[in-house]
Amino acid sequence: MVLIGVAVVMVGFFIRLNPLLVVTIAGIVTGFLAHQSLYNILTQFGTAFETNRYMAIFIATLPIIGLLERFGLREQAERLIAKIRAATTGRILILYMLLRELTAALGITAIGGAAQTVRPLIAPMAEGAAEARIGHMDEDTRQEIRAHSAASDNIGLFFGEDIFIAVGAVLLMKGFFDQNHIHATPIDMGLWAIPTALAVFILHSIRLILFDKKLARKFASNIDQTSSTVHGKEVEL
Amino acid sequence: MILSTQTVYVFIGLITLIGSIFTFFDKQNLRRWTTGMFYLLYAVTLISGHWIPPFYIGLMVIGIVLLAGLQMVKTGSYGEASVQERLMNRNRFGNKLFLPALLIPILTVLGVEWIGHLRIAGRLFYDPSNVTMVALAVATFIALLVGLGITRSNPITSLRESRRLLESIGWAAVLPQMLATLGTLFNSAGVGDVVAKLLHHVIPSNSLFWAVFAYCVSMALFTMIMGNAFAAFPVMTAGIAIPFIIQHFGIQADRIAAIGMFAGYCGTLMTPMAANFNIVPATLLDLKNKYQVIKVQWPTAVILLAVNIALMYSVARI
Repeated sequence: MVLIGVAVVMVGFFIRLNPLLVVTIAGIVTGFLAHQSLYNILTQFGTAFETNRYMAIFIATLPIIGLLERFGLREQAERLIAKIRAATTGRILILYMLLRELTAALGITAIGGAAQTVRPLIAPMAEGAAEARIGHMDEDTRQEIRAHSAASDNIGLFFGEDIFIAVGAVLLMKGFFDQNHIHATPIDMGLWAIPTALAVFILHSIRLILFDKKLARKFASNIDQTSSTVHGKEVEL
Repeated sequence: MILSTQTVYVFIGLITLIGSIFTFFDKQNLRRWTTGMFYLLYAVTLISGHWIPPFYIGLMVIGIVLLAGLQMVKTGSYGEASVQERLMNRNRFGNKLFLPALLIPILTVLGVEWIGHLRIAGRLFYDPSNVTMVALAVATFIALLVGLGITRSNPITSLRESRRLLESIGWAAVLPQMLATLGTLFNSAGVGDVVAKLLHHVIPSNSLFWAVFAYCVSMALFTMIMGNAFAAFPVMTAGIAIPFIIQHFGIQADRIAAIGMFAGYCGTLMTPMAANFNIVPATLLDLKNKYQVIKVQWPTAVILLAVNIALMYSVARI
């Protein structure tokens, strides 16, 4: 019976109802099925919403990021990267993913993120590198590059994190095994995280190199189209 | 401590609150009253979640959800800089613009690694319950001051710009908190136990491979449901890994724990329930398809899940 809440979520997302609405309905349904009063359910909503306020921390970055954007930070990031001939979208994202993974493995997880690094710096650089090579980009390609930028951030962060033994995942696992009277040592758990961390880096790097190849094919077809017309430099933002 | 998490919540709440006031006066926004109300309510929960009884926060949450769900939250006009202005400014400030942007990660790391441990008159400088968050907030604040200095702008400009960004994220900004809330409700209703029990019937108890397979896949699937691998880990490890892998085959917990968690992360990469990683970035990057980050991530996630299963199986056999 309690699985009905899960079903509500799946159906809701599937028919693309507003996710906030879906989640709330699923929560209320699950609460009722567990024989809780409406007062109780709302109290739980309130409590959980309050304890999870830390998830809103990205708002703190918005005033400075917004200000810098107004003064052309993204354009500057694009221009800077366009000057580096060796820079390609894939290589930039591989380098960023590597940095993110290594720093996460040292326990530094707050160094990046969608609001503070991807939007103002990484995505414009990835776009700038592509633009320097393929010239004018269609909107779909631009969107795909941005999505890849966000993905590199997530993947680097997630799979570096478990190597670091002092916070987060490893402590949670240690705590859980302690509770269940099973012996576990943080150092060893971190050690056995390394193969996956390596595997994902190689795997996703390959995908990014393939993405570069795809962009290069676009470049080739762009050349064909523009060679018959006068070649003008476009400023596209 | 000198700077508590509560101070940080007041800081981000005020950013949201001031934005909502601009919205109430934004005549270009056809839904300025309801949109303003949405951000105002959210600001109130951020600032005073500590003092208002949870039941009333719950009521406000319902209000927030209804305003967003009934399409009453719209974007307005933000007087943003035109392309020409941005290009001109870029030429004026050039690489100096990177300084505040780079200060954020540098100061955050310094804050976590150094200032976080400092004591003044016996009091910790940053709230030990979430040092990273306090450090990040302080870093953004200092970066903001530096940024205002470099560009010689008024703080009001930066608040207008933060409103522009926040409203472009819109209701998705609230989604991570709502999903975490749902996770809590699922937990207290015992959803995980039911899933684990169902799986008990399916797993053949004498095959190491199928036990590993079931553990990894269910970690990924349950993470997709909960949006959080940390929520899935205790449930699935207690339900599957401990009886079928650790106890039955006598395999050390150390060897499979991280890989099990990573199998969960593969799920995180594929689910809209992990909104803070998948949906909020999509809105922040102005993606038309809010699921595009997931679309880019899922091939890596699926292949890596297979890799994790193979790894865990071979690690267990060594």
